[in-house]
Amino acid sequence: MSKLSSRHLLGLEGVPASDISLILDTAESFREVLDRKIKKVPTLRGITILNLFYEASTRTRISFELAEKRLSADTVNFSTSTSSVKKGESLRDTVQNIEAMKIDMVVVRHGSTGAPYFLTQCMDSNIINAGDGAHEHPTQALLDMYTIRQKYGKLDGLRVVLVGDVKHSRVIRSNIWGLKTMGASVALCGPATLMPYEIEQLGCDVYTDIDEALDGADVVNVMRIQLERQQSGLFPSQREYTNLFGINKERLKRLRKNYTIMHPGPMNRGVEITSEVADGPRSVILEQVTNGQAVRMAVLYLLRGQDEGVEDAE
Amino acid sequence: MPSKKYDLVIANGRVIDPALGFGKEAHVFVKDGKIAKIEKESASITREMKSLSDEQFIDATGKLVVPGLIDIHVHLREPGREDEETVESGCRAAASGGFTSLCCMPNTTPCIDNQETVKFVQDRAKNADARVYVIGAITKGRLGVELSEIGDLVNMGAVGITDDGTYLQDAQVMRHALEYAKMFDIPVMQHAEDSQLCDGAIMNESYESTRLGLRGAPPVAEEIAVQRDISLCRLTGGRLHIQHISTRAGVDAVRRAKAEGINVTCEVTPHHLILTDDEIGKAFNTNLRVNPPIRSEADREAVVEGLIDGTIDCIASDHAPHSEEEKDCEFDKAPPGMIGLETSLGLIKTYIIDKGYLSWADAIAKMTVNPARILGLPGGTMAIDSPADIVIINPDKKWTVRADKFRSLSKNSPYIGWKLNARVEKTILGGRIVYEV
Repeated sequence: MSKLSSRHLLGLEGVPASDISLILDTAESFREVLDRKIKKVPTLRGITILNLFYEASTRTRISFELAEKRLSADTVNFSTSTSSVKKGESLRDTVQNIEAMKIDMVVVRHGSTGAPYFLTQCMDSNIINAGDGAHEHPTQALLDMYTIRQKYGKLDGLRVVLVGDVKHSRVIRSNIWGLKTMGASVALCGPATLMPYEIEQLGCDVYTDIDEALDGADVVNVMRIQLERQQSGLFPSQREYTNLFGINKERLKRLRKNYTIMHPGPMNRGVEITSEVADGPRSVILEQVTNGQAVRMAVLYLLRGQDEGVEDAE
Repeated sequence: MPSKKYDLVIANGRVIDPALGFGKEAHVFVKDGKIAKIEKESASITREMKSLSDEQFIDATGKLVVPGLIDIHVHLREPGREDEETVESGCRAAASGGFTSLCCMPNTTPCIDNQETVKFVQDRAKNADARVYVIGAITKGRLGVELSEIGDLVNMGAVGITDDGTYLQDAQVMRHALEYAKMFDIPVMQHAEDSQLCDGAIMNESYESTRLGLRGAPPVAEEIAVQRDISLCRLTGGRLHIQHISTRAGVDAVRRAKAEGINVTCEVTPHHLILTDDEIGKAFNTNLRVNPPIRSEADREAVVEGLIDGTIDCIASDHAPHSEEEKDCEFDKAPPGMIGLETSLGLIKTYIIDKGYLSWADAIAKMTVNPARILGLPGGTMAIDSPADIVIINPDKKWTVRADKFRSLSKNSPYIGWKLNARVEKTILGGRIVYEV
């Protein structure tokens, strides 16, 4: 099995375990490239990739762009603040015009659920979802899984707790699908107002008590709490959120001995996680960022490999 | 021609007129735009037997002959969005769907909250292919604050009032609307969805909205809105009509209110009877975005039950045209609404009658006499001297819904490509054939 089952990566829902394993295995060889002095391979030479960012992003955009450059692809960046979108151009017109300039792949971040799917319907490029609304953010979940697997050598049988704004989190949704497919057990924890309807139907254990959620878990992946959620009345104050759900050293005692702390960033230090924990010995937060490079290189390589023979990664 | 006895004879069809309790083979005779008689003798007749010309004779053997259908929930978009629909194009679409009467919603630009706009729409409808009855706005500018000049609207011919598109959130204003409308014996028609609970909603709140990360409109928003208005209706003794009911709890509330003797009626759309929210994630078809949203299977089953047991009085399409440009976009950016005039009958046959939920007679009642009674409209029956508004239906004709065949100016239908089991053959408005397949 050396090919993915799809030529796009729109989400992790429905993606088979064999695809996820292939991406994670392939990422390992790219991860090794990142430790070399010359961090560049010719794999996607001649391939042009559009980074289409309809929402502000620092980390994900830079991560994709570096991944593309390290694969020797040509890249163009698009962000809404400097484009014709401001002049009222539709998404279809925007991407069809750019595709007419002969691009091969699109990395898309968009505030609307389903926007990456929409792109598959109006262009021929390979589409990679870099976050659509509160729906999915598959490469973030893949890099989270890569980091967990790196640590434990497996995903199967581990207990992963995802803490935060479940309702609005695409990272959590993608993590749920991916982790479940790979045999991990998933617990969710956050305020009841940020738990969407029937979330347990996704096959997770749902907690509103952080200590119960952490009990016996291997991994805690802490999500950013957006302050505008407080303003829209979903919890009373930042202070109370921290008291009820903030991850601090005391709470870590509930976890299994060999526990791991993760956060997809950007962090609100002192709100959802204390600096002591974020910077502590069990934190892999910066490793996640490095691994994100390798995982995105693997995804780009494998998706393009669907369409044509590209040079071997080695 | 002095010798001409009848202008039109529709012979040999199966005549169904629920208002008359009539349902058997018969011949319908039309003169001067009115029903002259229905001849119940079973022997079939031919053109020659009655010495009629080709134009005067329709052989409806094997067809259903029913009163022209009535749709009390239609958006005609004129004035303001004539690129999406006009009174004329909407009536053409109605005729091809078997509708001879429709009620147009007041959320145009400007909105129908004064006599001049009522008159404007009526004038545009003068030579149209369907009768247009105007529903006025409950509040000035549909802003939910001050009552429109409802007396003026009624004097000009408005048959009901609604702020459709938005819920009249202010309970005090709604109370006053019910009291005030009572003076004119018209119903207050309510888009029953609590606005605060539905703030920013894109679809039904359910497992599907959770899965897709889209903001949901909870079914309880309808329940609360329906329940509040039923309480106000009880208090005021006014008349309440719940538009496009879509949830189990909403239907249950209406059922209880009716049992209590409260003057409440309600309608359901074909899409709430047929579609469910798990369709949305399959391809993000923006034509599935509609308010109230298509619901889960449990709610869909409940509205079907409500239709069967009579809690739901009538079927209305909520025909809501939108331009292709506005619908060809990200799912959450699309305006809510789908067209429905040209698919209602076929959908009801295929998914309600053929599934055994309603007989033809019961289904026709919910598309003719029942909506007519809610708003006091003429028509909805073929009683002697009624306007000769008649539709001839081929009850078994299979056809495929095609975008290029719509007569509506808009094509925003989620049913494109669907195969339906009954088709309108001819629509007759006041004795004049306004549509032939």
